[in-house]
Amino acid sequence: MTAFKFSKENVARVKEILTHYPSDRKASAILPLFELAQRQCGGWLPMEAIKTITEMLGVSVIRGYEVATFYTMFNLKPVGKYHLQVCGTIPCMLRGSEQLKRVCKRHLGIENKETTKDGLFTLSEVECLGACTNAPVVQINDVYYEDLDEKSFLQILKDLEAGREVKPGSVLGRQGSAPYKGKRRAHAKGK
Amino acid sequence: MPKIVIDDKEIEVPEDMTVLQAAEEAGIEIPVFCYHPKLSIAGNCRMCLVEVNNSPKPVASCAMPVCEGMVVHTNTPMVEKARKGVLEFLLINHPLDCPICDQGGECDLQDITMAYGGDISRFDLNKRAVPDKEFGPLIETAMNRCIQCTRCVRFSSEIAGIPEIGATGRGENMEISTYIQRTITSELSGNMIDICPVGALTSKPYNFKGRSWELSHTPSVDVFDAVGCAIRIDTRGREVMRILPRQNDEVNETWISDKSRFAYDGLKYQRLDRPYVRGEDGYLHPVTWEEAFSRIADKLQQVRGNHVAAIVGDMVDAEAIVALKDLMTSLGSPHLDCRQDSPCLGEGPRCSYLFNTTIAGIEDADFCLLIAANPRWEAPLINARIRKNYLANALRVTSIGPSHPLGYPVKELGNDPLILDQIVKGKHRICSSLRAAKRPMMILGQGALRRKDGGVILKRAQQIADTYGFVQRTWNGFNVLQTAASRVAGFDLGFLPGRKGYGVKEILKRAGKKNIEVVYLLGADEIDMKPLDKAFVIYQGHHGDRGASVADVVLPGCAYTEKDGLYVNTEGRVQKGLKATPPPGEAKEDWKILKALSDKLGLALPYRTPAEIRARLVEVNPLFDEVDCLQPARWEPFGEDGKLDPEPFEFAIQNFYMTDSISRHSITMAKCVQQILSQEKEND
Repeated sequence: MTAFKFSKENVARVKEILTHYPSDRKASAILPLFELAQRQCGGWLPMEAIKTITEMLGVSVIRGYEVATFYTMFNLKPVGKYHLQVCGTIPCMLRGSEQLKRVCKRHLGIENKETTKDGLFTLSEVECLGACTNAPVVQINDVYYEDLDEKSFLQILKDLEAGREVKPGSVLGRQGSAPYKGKRRAHAKGK
Repeated sequence: MPKIVIDDKEIEVPEDMTVLQAAEEAGIEIPVFCYHPKLSIAGNCRMCLVEVNNSPKPVASCAMPVCEGMVVHTNTPMVEKARKGVLEFLLINHPLDCPICDQGGECDLQDITMAYGGDISRFDLNKRAVPDKEFGPLIETAMNRCIQCTRCVRFSSEIAGIPEIGATGRGENMEISTYIQRTITSELSGNMIDICPVGALTSKPYNFKGRSWELSHTPSVDVFDAVGCAIRIDTRGREVMRILPRQNDEVNETWISDKSRFAYDGLKYQRLDRPYVRGEDGYLHPVTWEEAFSRIADKLQQVRGNHVAAIVGDMVDAEAIVALKDLMTSLGSPHLDCRQDSPCLGEGPRCSYLFNTTIAGIEDADFCLLIAANPRWEAPLINARIRKNYLANALRVTSIGPSHPLGYPVKELGNDPLILDQIVKGKHRICSSLRAAKRPMMILGQGALRRKDGGVILKRAQQIADTYGFVQRTWNGFNVLQTAASRVAGFDLGFLPGRKGYGVKEILKRAGKKNIEVVYLLGADEIDMKPLDKAFVIYQGHHGDRGASVADVVLPGCAYTEKDGLYVNTEGRVQKGLKATPPPGEAKEDWKILKALSDKLGLALPYRTPAEIRARLVEVNPLFDEVDCLQPARWEPFGEDGKLDPEPFEFAIQNFYMTDSISRHSITMAKCVQQILSQEKEND
């Protein structure tokens, strides 16, 4: 494997990140640098990148590997162009995240931690994404898709496959986690 | 100093102590897993919970500093409950395979569970399964048993200085692992087996060989290098089952090197268990002691006393050295030498061949200059001390000599002996740091001294020491790193060429040609044997190695585990090794062989009992009177004038795992060479 190198614009970014930390504590920059490297590598963090970054920060490779394996958001294996992170924690599960996974199985033929043959999709079941009011939630790369059901999720997958743009956020058109349709509140006055 | 009360006992302890250490002072036991006195504090096992006044929750005593007026309880119901809880959690995933676990009988988890644990587990689901790791030819892993105390992780990054092991993953999925499957490349890796509180890391060579309660323990001293580590030889019947370190804070703390620990299987192979004599047909034939002695006596009768030479090997005890010296003196031979590799050492004052700073003294140094020394291979425990000082005080280490990773940052000045001249003249860029250092030390490796210009280098080293204040009233920073366990004893006993005597090189040059007709090799295997073909060679030793292959008479002696003996380490510390097993077959203790031979030759040496030979040692050098005691050597001039040879330095040891007749016959060491050294080469 060839050694990992930050791209030109990222080298400048690395320099900027390192200024956030005292020079004798630069090991603290390990998380932002890993994240940067993961973005540069298309959503995953190769061992070569860990080696390069740990060397840059003056820590041993194994310390970097410990960090990379501790945080689940670092992918140590290549992922597809679209990384489908289906929330499987209780609120999403009660609202149908199991069905969403079944859609992946039916439509894309992939189970948890698998990638489609064309390298377009990777499915990961993740823990709570913190958007329970909009359950079930799927994070695709950096963006949340909320209030999904089988049909809307399938549509999103088809759109992504076709290269069409998909609007992030609630598929029901909710703004954030505001009440659905009009100004109803959970406990309307006088009801 | 704060006063604290632990279990109604009031004690006064230094401020930087933890509650756990204070309790230890007070004689109160607190169970621990992750805490280790020589490692940093992790505080992750929670076994050491105690109750402290004004604290609503139990407190981890290993990480809690003492403070004035603290009242600690270690035996309240709260503490008991906490301990039970911790143990129940630890045992959730720990397999109950003690009957087939090598750690059984000496396992912290087993002992502590017996003492503090509950009697049942409420966990009835499946235990987690963790794949075993490949840690090389020395360490067997059973990762299911791991309780994630991270002692091994801390050991490898702190003591060994080779951070290769880490805790990967998180929570339930946390594993102790290397980042790729690779052998651990540390000379101290075996210590991980000792510090592992459970059976996750066990000794591979000792795997399923024995139980701890079947073994007899003999405290002894290691002879694989000149550090003289305190070891415990564990034996079952006549067999050495394993070797473990003993604590000696002056020398090895609680660690020993892998060679000291694992080369013991070499004691089982290729042993000389009866005398041999080379017959007319050119082969060695087994004979009785009487016949072997007669053969020697016949030969010596035809030869003039000063045509006999004697060379002492690297693992010989002081008793045998003095007996051989006395025998040679009575024969009238001045051709004695204990320096197989011929360093320009030994003739000078005592300070010129000792590690004067002492091993514990390394911790006080603030600057270290290595000259052709590779402490990692020549004395792994000295290297560990240097690293300890580097971690504690950021010791600056500079090196003149070949480049070799030592486990701490080293400023390499290049491999050019002429740098010494520049430093003496004050013309090198390192001189300002040398001047600034308050307690500088230098370590002179054997690689520098066994060259032709070794004496000149010694002189330069002394000039540097004098110029830059290496030697002060209470500080001596001049150190020679010996690599042979018998060398300092040989020097102290004067096993060196006498008047008109020849050294090893001369003996070899003249052997069989000019006036060296008989050569007596006492465990000497590290010399070039080719020139000895024509001489009459008597080999006395424990292994059928290089020396025995050219010998005309072979006398079977004892290895270090089979005899009581005194050894002097590189600091000049006299230490006593004890007999753990009887020697194989007809082999005898070395000084007794020499005594018997002297009787046969009619030169009867004047000692018969161990006490008498000890008295003789003291007579030759009063240093041998006191065991385990250091006497500082007086600073006197040494070395010789001359010009330095610009030829680059070479290290004394090229292959750490095979340096002597025992380790060369060890299968474990052969595996280390195969796997570890080849892997290091790949990485280079």
